Amino acid sequence: MNKEKYSQMVKEMTPKENRLLNMFIAFFVGGLIGVLATFLFLQLNKIYNEELAVAATLLILITLSAFFTTLGIGDTIFTKCKCGIIIPITGFAHSVASSIIDYKKEGFINMGSNAFKLAGSVILYGVVSAVILTLIKVIINV
Amino acid sequence: MSSFKYNNVYIKDYETIAGPKEKAGNLEFKNTINDYYYEEENIEDAEIKMQEFCLDKVMKRNKKKIDVVTGGDLLNQIAITSYNLVNKELPFLGLYNACATFNESLIVLANHIESNLIKNGIAITSSHNLNAERQYRFPIEYGSQKKCYTTFTTTGGAAALLSNEKSNIKIEASTIGNVVDYGIKDAAHMGAVMAPSASNTLHKHLTELNRSIDYYDIIVTGDLGSLGGEIFLKLIKEEHDYVPREYFDAASILYDDPETFQGGSGPVVLPLVLFNKIIKENRYKKILLLATGSLHNTLMVNLKKTIPAITHAISIEVIK
Repeated sequence: MNKEKYSQMVKEMTPKENRLLNMFIAFFVGGLIGVLATFLFLQLNKIYNEELAVAATLLILITLSAFFTTLGIGDTIFTKCKCGIIIPITGFAHSVASSIIDYKKEGFINMGSNAFKLAGSVILYGVVSAVILTLIKVIINV
Repeated sequence: MSSFKYNNVYIKDYETIAGPKEKAGNLEFKNTINDYYYEEENIEDAEIKMQEFCLDKVMKRNKKKIDVVTGGDLLNQIAITSYNLVNKELPFLGLYNACATFNESLIVLANHIESNLIKNGIAITSSHNLNAERQYRFPIEYGSQKKCYTTFTTTGGAAALLSNEKSNIKIEASTIGNVVDYGIKDAAHMGAVMAPSASNTLHKHLTELNRSIDYYDIIVTGDLGSLGGEIFLKLIKEEHDYVPREYFDAASILYDDPETFQGGSGPVVLPLVLFNKIIKENRYKKILLLATGSLHNTLMVNLKKTIPAITHAISIEVIK
């Protein structure tokens, strides 16, 4: 059997993921996190000014996410929620925490260099796209 | 000619150990571990300990002079097997053919024994879910989104003593497989990667030994998974018009848990199922074992290369 025919056969036999359901779960869970964050923000805003309240909200979400990951239950919850928790800021903390757990027995240097194994590309491309967008903004304003 | 017939090679003794998820699965095991760490500091040490357990049991029960130990595992540069044999005064041939390593080890030993170069040899192998997860996929605690056609690396260890002394399990023939690549790039779809190589080796085995597919009471593939097994059956029907009398995939029967998706994976799957199901149930006389291995690493997958695979065949006769 040639490669094209084989890949066609494999494609036909491979079951399809239920993308619509996955998308709905991710949308629902992601939305819930948004609701939780808004609630936190409104409460914190009573004590702190707006800027500080936003920072504190993000901090709480990150800490919670890393906390669940280190307890060892994060991966189970996160897998069940599809991309609902991975995509928001909670996913970032989770990826760093899980990488650190993996390398904690290999010494501080290895742990440090591997901590951003998954999150590194988010930081890099986040900064790069911020630079590009800022440039565009400056040019348009001129 | 890469197929061999043997007249005086027997599996004299064996030992297996299985992990927690396997314990909760469909098969009953004599030895199991309750957690992935097996009372050790690291998961790597846990895997070494599992392999050591099997090797020690087999050596203590038989008190034979072991001429050669062959075997391998999945961890980088087969570290587990090498570290297991440190200062044990055992001559060692380290082998790697991914999940086909166990059959490869049996073939090397069987050829040595048949040619009267050695009398007794032990084949060992192991795999560990967390070790494989960390090496091939994502950090253990990351719990990435898995595709529904993926497989779950099996935790366990196995050792088999091969000897020229008679026993009721005879290794009767073998075939060394070719490296086969049908252009699949998805490392999660290992069943589809390995099925063509299983078909290739099956055809080679039957033609070189001049046998028909009905010669075997059952054909067992190593770790294609449920979907991989279906692809294999369809492929051998279309390519060579083979329909086996009975067939199952060892990996597909291990678990009873939807989180393992298509079933097990790893070099330890075939010995676990062979010794804890096929030999134990004693229903079949002529058994063909096709151990399938996917020969990729993360670098080659990241370079978007297609994934090659290999399959080694071992024919076993159970003497009642």
